[in-house]
Amino acid sequence: MLQAIEARSHAMRGKSLEQTDSATLGRRGFLKMAGAGGLALAFGLRPNSAIAAASDAGTLNAYVIVAPDNSVTIFGTNPEIGQGIKTAFAMIIAEELDADWSRVKVETAAVDPKRYGNQSSGGSMSIPRNWDTLRRAGATARAMLVAAAAEEWKVPATECSTDKSSVIHAATGRKFSYGDLAIKASRQAVPDASTVPLKSRQDYKLLGSRVTGVDNLQVVTGKPLFGIDVRLPGMLYANYTKCPAVGGKVSSANLDEIKTLPGVKDAFVLDGNGRQEEVMPGVAVIATSTWRAFNAKKALKINWDESQASKDDSTKASAKARELAKEPGDHVIANVGDVDRAFGKAAKTVDAFYEYPFLCHVTLEPMNTTAWFHDGTMEIWSPSQSPTRGLTQVAALLNLPEDKVVVHQTRVGGGFGRRGTNDFICEAAAIAMKVKAPVKLTWMREDDMAHDFHRVAGFHAFKGALDADGKLTAWQDHLITFTADGKQPVHGGNLPAAEFPVNVLANARTTQSMMPLMIPCGSWRAPGSNGFAYAIEGFIHELAVAAGRDHLEFRLEMLGDPRWLKPGDPASLHTGRAAAVIKLAAEKAGWGKAMPKGSGMGLAFHFCHLGHVAEVAEVSVDEKKKLTVHRITVAADVGPVINLSGAEAQCQGAALDGLSTMMGHQIDIEQGRIKQLNFADYPLLRMRSAPAVDVHFIQSEFSPTGLGEPALPPVAAAVCNAIFAATGDRIRKLPLSKSGYSI
Amino acid sequence: MLQLQVNGQTRQLDDDVDPKTPLLWVLRDHLALDGAKYGCGIGQCGACTVHLNGKAVRSCQIPVQAVASQKITTIEGLANDGQLTRLQQAWIDLDVAQCGYCQTGQLMSAAALLAGKPHPTDADIDQAMSGNLCRCATYNRIRAAIHSVTGRITAEAGKEPIHVAGD
Repeated sequence: MLQAIEARSHAMRGKSLEQTDSATLGRRGFLKMAGAGGLALAFGLRPNSAIAAASDAGTLNAYVIVAPDNSVTIFGTNPEIGQGIKTAFAMIIAEELDADWSRVKVETAAVDPKRYGNQSSGGSMSIPRNWDTLRRAGATARAMLVAAAAEEWKVPATECSTDKSSVIHAATGRKFSYGDLAIKASRQAVPDASTVPLKSRQDYKLLGSRVTGVDNLQVVTGKPLFGIDVRLPGMLYANYTKCPAVGGKVSSANLDEIKTLPGVKDAFVLDGNGRQEEVMPGVAVIATSTWRAFNAKKALKINWDESQASKDDSTKASAKARELAKEPGDHVIANVGDVDRAFGKAAKTVDAFYEYPFLCHVTLEPMNTTAWFHDGTMEIWSPSQSPTRGLTQVAALLNLPEDKVVVHQTRVGGGFGRRGTNDFICEAAAIAMKVKAPVKLTWMREDDMAHDFHRVAGFHAFKGALDADGKLTAWQDHLITFTADGKQPVHGGNLPAAEFPVNVLANARTTQSMMPLMIPCGSWRAPGSNGFAYAIEGFIHELAVAAGRDHLEFRLEMLGDPRWLKPGDPASLHTGRAAAVIKLAAEKAGWGKAMPKGSGMGLAFHFCHLGHVAEVAEVSVDEKKKLTVHRITVAADVGPVINLSGAEAQCQGAALDGLSTMMGHQIDIEQGRIKQLNFADYPLLRMRSAPAVDVHFIQSEFSPTGLGEPALPPVAAAVCNAIFAATGDRIRKLPLSKSGYSI
Repeated sequence: MLQLQVNGQTRQLDDDVDPKTPLLWVLRDHLALDGAKYGCGIGQCGACTVHLNGKAVRSCQIPVQAVASQKITTIEGLANDGQLTRLQQAWIDLDVAQCGYCQTGQLMSAAALLAGKPHPTDADIDQAMSGNLCRCATYNRIRAAIHSVTGRITAEAGKEPIHVAGD
């Protein structure tokens, strides 16, 4: 099915589309709207799709087609990586359109910068960046349907209302279905998107309800949705082998021998462009099936020139970090008040050293991309979180004009930040340039773990001061992280100057030291926050314990009066929203209730990606350090919830992802090589160990924000604080398996 | 020439298929049945789960020559004449999937569980489902969906109805 759709969309590309575009543009004008994120949006354009090409009728803008049979097709622009964005985006449009959801079809939009700007899923930014644009896409389409009905009835548009894909004239009891109006509506002038009326929140019918994912039928019947499922006529299968230590080059390889293996069509060396995020040197094997390609890979004998390759060693780096922790830090990130004086006056000081390891992403769908160079065009099918950038990268890499690169986005079998980097697209494109056929590059799991863009390890040397009343009076955090260029921390190693609690304390100092690293690091679900929150929220609990105070009360006191630290800036902590979710999580979890011996509760809060999230974990630990997590309670404020089902799912998944990671995940690097290469060495949480996750939302009046990430960072600290409450054992190093715990 | 019995049909394999090829890759690359997924290749993740004579097995670990005369069912053959099973419908109604990549394997394991134990306990579910990894960690809803088809009321299932978009 995928293949058929793609073939049609390919067939309509080229001349016919260009002609259609200019005709459409001429009629409706090109509306540029400075939406959130500065996206230039063409509401006057039709979608770039076979459906739109099939008929001129009913195309209201680049997001919405109404068909005469009263079905509504909505185009989902951003990559669906499991965060539910395809459903959520369509809901926002359908709400303002007043579409009958049971007649809505949702299609994946083409990757098309002209229509949709930068299509990417990352940073939990899809909702906040597109909320306004999508509402206006729905509202302008609705206004065109109303205008068409009003014209037909010869009544003022203001007398018409809409409901469930119908325009109603209440005064005369007349009604048109959207399908009846489709053709006429598409000929209406496009209203001014910046002034089109939007619904009030109390009038929402769809938003905030529980909506099942729009692709769920295809998922449960095993339809080919994902990048790895792409199949083209005459397609060949590729694997690509790079140096296990990043930066190594191919000196020689047994290519002649490989080419004689059954099913192997070709084998060749790519020099690459030396960019880790694009194409590094390696050997491509082209075969008649994935299995043949994998087998040939196993028979490859490559001599690597490792003179310029990584010699990174994570064990040595860990030891060096402990040495550096004794120093004050090379660079001051933030310095508020008079920290030294505050420590001098302290009734009590507390020190602690926290550390967390390198991680990989292990999206369950390994990296893959299908590429086909034909008729001067590089055509690509890829599960990328960042397909628009992929298009640009491939054009530059192959020295092709951008209009000679076509990228189709597929459903993505897990992102977690990994697929924001497009090395697998670039490799497939480079390979396809040398193969006179469509070629599907599939990485083995071992490739996927060996050549990830890792979550960077981190080390924190903390010091806190308490006064005689047990109040926190000063804070010091020396972060030891890594650098690739000797200037800036690697991705995820950048501690923000305003990171809590620096932003609420009178005296606080954060500093940073860096160690060199060649292994690439990248976005990993809630970059930075996923490590910082564990360390910071754990140390805050240590301070509460040292002060002899209840953690909840201590934590709330730190927030002070309810206030938005930078009013109007959604990226700034709101202490009132923070306190509200902390109280809600505590209340729902039964904070303070009597717990049996060996059991305990732990609390943590973190603000990131515009979301305020508090979590409470309830655990018990037996004498063999077997951990049972009984329940995780999540309380989140991300403004109004778009899809209650999807929002809950993101919180449940993030909490369990965090638990999985803190329990057993650690990447070790030796001689520049990643030591863990499959799930046997990198144990993911399984059903039998997965606790219930209760999710509660405070649906505040702030603009809605994303949920892919913010529910992950508090988990590790909440669980570690609960283990302390249960046993008195303070966990200052992740993963827990390294301290003898099992789950 | 190898023959397979897949989803009630006899399928001929081309001569160039190596008899040692894992069933997973025969299904995917030679029979265009893409529902079973590659996740690890070492039988650790369960994304490749199919039924062999009604039992859930890891198709990445089984050479195709070993199953030539046996009854293979993949996710594509789970629905009866296009009619979804109650389990598949529960997966939709409870919105189990996030990325969805592992879910065909999860469904095949759950279907095999229910075939043997129509009213599984939580412990039965833990045992039957712990060979299937979900990187998105949809475990709460997988459990709820399995219980929901056995008539057990769950917290999830008791909430307001889920809206379904048009097909």
